[in-house]
Amino acid sequence: MADVPDTDLDTLPLDAWHRTRGGRMVPFAGYHMPVQYEGIIAEHRWTRSHAGLFDVSHMGQLLVPLDEAEALEKLLPGDLLAMKDDRPKYSLLLNEAGGILDDLMITRRTDGFYVVVNGATKTGDMAVLEAAGVPFAYLAEQALLALQGPEAVDVIAAHAPGVADLSFMQAGSFDLAGTQAWISRSGYTGEDGVEISLPASAADRIADLLLADERVLPIGLGARDSLRLEAGLPLYGHDLDEQTTPVMADLSFAVNKRRRTDGGFAGAERILVEIDQGAVQKRIGFTVEGRQPVREGARILDSEGNEVGRVTSGGFSPSLEAPIGMGYVATGLAEPGSALTLEQRGKLFRAAVTAMPFVPHRYHRKGKSQ
Amino acid sequence: MSLYFTKDHEWIRVEGDTATVGITDHAQGQLGDIVFAEAPEAGKTLDKGGEAAVVESVKAASDVYAPASGEVVEANPAIADDPSVINTDPEGEGWFFKLRLADPSELDGLMDEAAYRAWVETL
Repeated sequence: MADVPDTDLDTLPLDAWHRTRGGRMVPFAGYHMPVQYEGIIAEHRWTRSHAGLFDVSHMGQLLVPLDEAEALEKLLPGDLLAMKDDRPKYSLLLNEAGGILDDLMITRRTDGFYVVVNGATKTGDMAVLEAAGVPFAYLAEQALLALQGPEAVDVIAAHAPGVADLSFMQAGSFDLAGTQAWISRSGYTGEDGVEISLPASAADRIADLLLADERVLPIGLGARDSLRLEAGLPLYGHDLDEQTTPVMADLSFAVNKRRRTDGGFAGAERILVEIDQGAVQKRIGFTVEGRQPVREGARILDSEGNEVGRVTSGGFSPSLEAPIGMGYVATGLAEPGSALTLEQRGKLFRAAVTAMPFVPHRYHRKGKSQ
Repeated sequence: MSLYFTKDHEWIRVEGDTATVGITDHAQGQLGDIVFAEAPEAGKTLDKGGEAAVVESVKAASDVYAPASGEVVEANPAIADDPSVINTDPEGEGWFFKLRLADPSELDGLMDEAAYRAWVETL
């Protein structure tokens, strides 16, 4: 990405806003995006203890007509026909071989299926929908903000009455300080919080309004990555790609119960066999002895020195103050506690398979006081 | 005492035939939060321009190169214990290692402080 000429990059609606606030801009997913403001560790810790404001407007927001549910079900393994209104679901866009083209959030709304896809894959995703004859609107004029952390909902609820009544994975349309916004209680940090879809023309004003609250700081992509890694959440293009199946990725939950019986989605033949019999490899989390991070691309070895997989995300956990990561290993080595050896630039590291999340989720679920 | 800088953002402070090496304030700022550093052990021989040490921030790993050839006489234990000292005092307490210079004339091509600071401004 570093070699992409600046002129080929798009700017986010909040580009100037980020620069004014000291955001260090880097190329990411075809956009100039803020990697950090104050520093990744400070921003990470602020989000875990207060509220962090993320600009995720690079992600694609699409709207598919409700009567296209059957056509969408040929691409996604979710139960779209039985979806309840305003309940976002995690789903996967699959290819015919069962590989993951993208991971996404889909919500049935009164105006259609609202789909949020990754920024780096949105063009390809739209081509897949077109090829499948599924019509959609690309909501290019919508910005997307995420407010994450234990104080996030208190902050947003002060400007959007009713948001506090949402539970994790519920959404709705709200008046946010005079702007109509689609707000879901969700995110990708492991914290309580919301994602806010709003007109790009209002993004500056709303971002300023949220930032005026002393509990809120702007947070860059760097901390977003360390937060989602601690939360055990895979990142497309790193932990997931077209060679990865939902079963390998430990995302079988995205294959709905009815669809496991009925099939009928891209790649079902392979995926249903893997659900039944297991996959050859599996996504795992690991912790590393010592303090040196082991990064994406490092080889994972068994006790005899044979390569059994690769690291797909690796970094330093600010919460645990230790190196952590994700990767794929032969399924026989995927049990928590299994010893692994990692090889990075010729140096060997001792690691152990660790249950994820590394840091407990703090989602706001109904009936729980947490 | 003389202070020199490389285009790879190392500094080298020379006192007699020994020199102290670290990374510049500009380099630590570019790296961000440093979480791991590994200096070469005493006794190791380094070649000018070769890999000498490793420094890792939350996001990325980076090599530190030897600004001159020589034998390592001391590694700084403080940077292993608390790598954040490289962020807070990169050109002081955050030094990486001390070197007995093999050939002081190797320093001739390096920048002095004024030249380095001026060059960094252009990056």
